[in-house]
Amino acid sequence: MQDFVQHLINGIGLGSIYALIALGYTMVYGILQMINFAHSDVYMIGAFAAYYVAKWTGLEQHPGVGSLMIILVSSIVVCGILGILIERLAYRPLRKAPKLNILITAIGVSLFLEYSGQVVFGADPKVFPDILMDSNLFNLAGVEIKTLDFTVLTVGILSVLFLNFVIYKTKIGKAMRSVSINPSVAAMLGVNTDRIITFTFVIGSALAAIGSVLVGMKYPKIDPLMGMMIGLKAFVAAVLGGIGSLSGAVLGAMIMGLSEEMVVAYLSSTYRDALAFGILILILIFRPAGLLGKYNVEKV
Amino acid sequence: MQSFKKPILSLMALLILGLGLNFGFNAFIQLQAKFIIINMILAMSLNLVNGYTGQFSLGHAGFMAIGAYVAAYLAMNWNFLPPELSILSYLLFVLVGGLVAAFAGFLVGKPSLRLRGDYLAIVTLGFSEIIRVALLNMDFLGGARGLAGIPGLNSFYLDFVFSSLWLVFCFFALWRLIKSSHGRGLLAVKEDEIAAEAMGIDTAFMKVKAFVVSSFFAGVAGGLYAYFVQFISPGSFTFLHSVNVVIMVVLGGMGSMTGSLVAAAIITILPEALRPLQEITGVDLRMVIYSLSLIILMILRPKGLFGELELPEVWRKYVRRSA
Repeated sequence: MQDFVQHLINGIGLGSIYALIALGYTMVYGILQMINFAHSDVYMIGAFAAYYVAKWTGLEQHPGVGSLMIILVSSIVVCGILGILIERLAYRPLRKAPKLNILITAIGVSLFLEYSGQVVFGADPKVFPDILMDSNLFNLAGVEIKTLDFTVLTVGILSVLFLNFVIYKTKIGKAMRSVSINPSVAAMLGVNTDRIITFTFVIGSALAAIGSVLVGMKYPKIDPLMGMMIGLKAFVAAVLGGIGSLSGAVLGAMIMGLSEEMVVAYLSSTYRDALAFGILILILIFRPAGLLGKYNVEKV
Repeated sequence: MQSFKKPILSLMALLILGLGLNFGFNAFIQLQAKFIIINMILAMSLNLVNGYTGQFSLGHAGFMAIGAYVAAYLAMNWNFLPPELSILSYLLFVLVGGLVAAFAGFLVGKPSLRLRGDYLAIVTLGFSEIIRVALLNMDFLGGARGLAGIPGLNSFYLDFVFSSLWLVFCFFALWRLIKSSHGRGLLAVKEDEIAAEAMGIDTAFMKVKAFVVSSFFAGVAGGLYAYFVQFISPGSFTFLHSVNVVIMVVLGGMGSMTGSLVAAAIITILPEALRPLQEITGVDLRMVIYSLSLIILMILRPKGLFGELELPEVWRKYVRRSA
């Protein structure tokens, strides 16, 4: 029973990390109807940015919540800038192009980031510095809750709540929602669509940066190809929940996180990656719009 | 036998080229030539799905893997002819590998081809990865260590002849498929699915058909790869290999058979041609250049080298300027 609760907590933690990345995928899809393959690599750059900031400023000697804040902010800034660059240089020229070209470009950007990462950072994995000392925080139902798990959960949930606030309670959030429903009418009503699209990329990249720092703390090994698997699982989570829907992304991510944790715990860890693909194929065959998505009938 | 004239002539031309390569050049260039042929078959088969039918498949490596493993397993365990005649049994094994891959293509394509572009790409990628993970867990096929010591035809010229046969078969089969009414149906599906349905073309069946034929030739290419390299493992057939083939198709022009041939040759030679750069700078920049050129290609010339035209038309249009 204790083990089960521990797995539950791990699963929810994993799910919240997937949620942070899945939200990026789903927001970009909602606004631009494209799958941003490069998102997982922005996540990877965030982890490396945090690593280098921690190294260069010597923050690893001073673990604590303050260092965590500084590293989070710097990672968010780096990823935000990267998101703006990618959108401006690679996706904006192709706004009017057929979907296939944009997809191929996205794959190209993703590969470019991965291989440049291997060239610049070196292909061997690096060890993420200890930003927070891991210790037993408190006891819940007989299970020790560790600092790291607690941080991952709280930061993850806070970020999702913050995003929810931005999207539904601010003016720019309203503009984002309007652009995702109908860009041309939104433009007619005075919304600067280019700026909103850039803002969407920035928010998505910022969330990915937060996710990468959290993952770096929990699983300290980082390498330039770390984005691939987790990006794919987060994408499956977004599709599972209904791509284009924010709550769907969070729901899908929680399901993905919990099921992966349970499969690894009670079945076998070799099937951990295949599970993601299996879920993807099942959902696309039986309910392609996702759990919370709406199925748009294609009209002539 | 009018319809066999061109294939036989091209085969003879390739055989003479093979003789020249055999006696005139060193083993490195011979290896490149063999890989060029394999990549040409891969690029042409993927072009059928991506270029002519307008579907985006990212799972080509999975079908290649199936063909490779089937052909390798048969050659290692079921070879019923003496080694001198083995080229005939290998012909059969590669064919069987292709057919199994085609069947897998049918299984993958039937449920997935209802999905639109982005989703189909992800699902084909997913199936390709599932195939790879399944192969990783099958210990009788070597698992993670792969299959080593696959018997091959141990002379360059026989290898070259063997693969040229398949190359000519692939090219002419696909060429004739495209120029026929089936091909027109595929093009119609690419242009406007709803209009094609309205004209009475069974779009789902067309898409599955293209997928099955494409997987067959991917399996054939996989079998050839197994016999040339004589070692295969699940790591030889990853997503990156699928992307490699996609780059070939995009570079050549989606919808141009001869474009895929040229692009396959270019992409095969490119890493070796860029090797001096690596020696100068000391850093492996080849894949970085690869991916960067993919982005630039899509922004500046999304049609690729030949667009939708074949080589004779490109010649007429750009060189002789008469079109």
